[in-house]
Amino acid sequence: MDIFLQQSVNALALGGTYALLALGLAVVFSIMGLINFAHGELMTIAGYVLMYCGIAGVSFLIAVPLAVMASILAAVAMERIAFRPVRNGSGATMLVTSFAVSLILQVLFQNLISARSQPVLLPALLSDSVQVFGMNIGVNKLAAIVSTVVMLIFLDWFMKHQKTGIAMRAAAEDFAIARLMGIRANSVIAGAFALSGLLAGVAAVLWVSQRASVDPLMGFMPVLKAFIAAILGGLGSLRGAVAGGFLLGFIEIYLAAFLPPEIQEFRDPIGLGIVVLVLLFRPNGLIPSATLKAEKV
Amino acid sequence: MAPLLSVQNLFVRYGAVEAVRGVSFEIQQGEIVALLGANGAGKSSILNAIVGLVPTTSGQIAFDGRDITGAVPEGLASTGLTLCPEGRRVFGTLSVEDNLRMGAFSLSDKATIAAAWTRVYDLFPILEERKHQYGGTLSGGQQQMLAVGRALMSNPRLLLLDEPSLGLAPLIVDQIFDLISKLRDQGVTLLVVEQNVAGALEMADRGYVLASGEIVEAGKTDALSQSSSMQDAYLGAQ
Repeated sequence: MDIFLQQSVNALALGGTYALLALGLAVVFSIMGLINFAHGELMTIAGYVLMYCGIAGVSFLIAVPLAVMASILAAVAMERIAFRPVRNGSGATMLVTSFAVSLILQVLFQNLISARSQPVLLPALLSDSVQVFGMNIGVNKLAAIVSTVVMLIFLDWFMKHQKTGIAMRAAAEDFAIARLMGIRANSVIAGAFALSGLLAGVAAVLWVSQRASVDPLMGFMPVLKAFIAAILGGLGSLRGAVAGGFLLGFIEIYLAAFLPPEIQEFRDPIGLGIVVLVLLFRPNGLIPSATLKAEKV
Repeated sequence: MAPLLSVQNLFVRYGAVEAVRGVSFEIQQGEIVALLGANGAGKSSILNAIVGLVPTTSGQIAFDGRDITGAVPEGLASTGLTLCPEGRRVFGTLSVEDNLRMGAFSLSDKATIAAAWTRVYDLFPILEERKHQYGGTLSGGQQQMLAVGRALMSNPRLLLLDEPSLGLAPLIVDQIFDLISKLRDQGVTLLVVEQNVAGALEMADRGYVLASGEIVEAGKTDALSQSSSMQDAYLGAQ
């Protein structure tokens, strides 16, 4: 039972990170029909900022906002430079563009920084653990869960009560009509990218906090997982992205913890098998988007 | 007097199809003008071209003396021109209140926005009762009211209404036509596309009849309703 609870905490921490990443993908997809595979490189950029701050002796408390800010700026720049010119292109054109952005950034990291994994200096506090309800919980896990909850509350408030957030939801549902109201396509799309950058930045801090290292391909796996989570939840649906992220986190952690050692090697196929099974019964995901028609600008 | 809206020699083409072929017309401040014609005559294309939702192939559109040919849609609401689209297209996943809030997106003056809320809730008390409901859960007639209310939130001087009575029960249709007259009394100029020809002729001051993308007849509505071609095409059965 203790182990079960302990693993549940781990699942919440990992699932929360997936949820933040999947949300970032969903925010952009719901508005412009683009799956941004370069989302992972936003994480990597934030990771490198953390690394350099550590080298320069900048306090972690300052490094975190700097890393998140870098991810936001990179996301907005990505939209402006790479995605705006192909905005009216087909979904495939935009998808290929996102792969290109992703590969270009990876090569740049490899050549300008290092092809190898670099250590990131983290405050010692993060590797401590605390007693909660008789369980030994790592501070980094606790921080991940708390940050995820704070981000989800913030995002919910922003999308429901802020004029810009409501405009994003309106644009996600019917872009042409939203534009008629005076909602500017450029601002809404840039806003969506900024939001996805914020989410990727926070996810990167959480991700790096668990590993204390960063490498050029760091963002690839978590974003691939987040993509699976977004599909599991219902592509384009924000609630779905959160649900899918947490579900995938739980599936992965429980399989790693409770599968017998002799079939641990098959953990990933089994996990993905469960995802396929869920999609078999709910083909549009756990919480499907209300507006799948997703008109583009 | 200079017209509020002037459309000169407008062409709209979708690929090989010419939907609008050299249409010219004008609307004066305070008028209700109806665009009539069969399905596919090009009525909606004209409205969509005016607000920039479809590109103009050639021709000139001027609103309030300003050339708006090829303007992007997001700039027009703040100048006092908006479209209430065909099929209502309310934001189904937004509350009624948020739908209206988005309608006022282009306004920044607090007093103007407050006046817009009062006006819309006075015209449609049902929207205030249902303000926390999702737009998608309203009935067809209520959604049409929400669509018109949302358009009115931008405080338009010229409102383009695309098929406001389409698919609604006769009782609701009467309400919509009453509303259009009421809006004119409040100083809104209206360009209405309608398939309900009899109703439109009764409500509007002037009308233009379109066929295959061209204006085939124009004039005061009382004269139009007497014209033999209109009698043959639309009113013959009555």
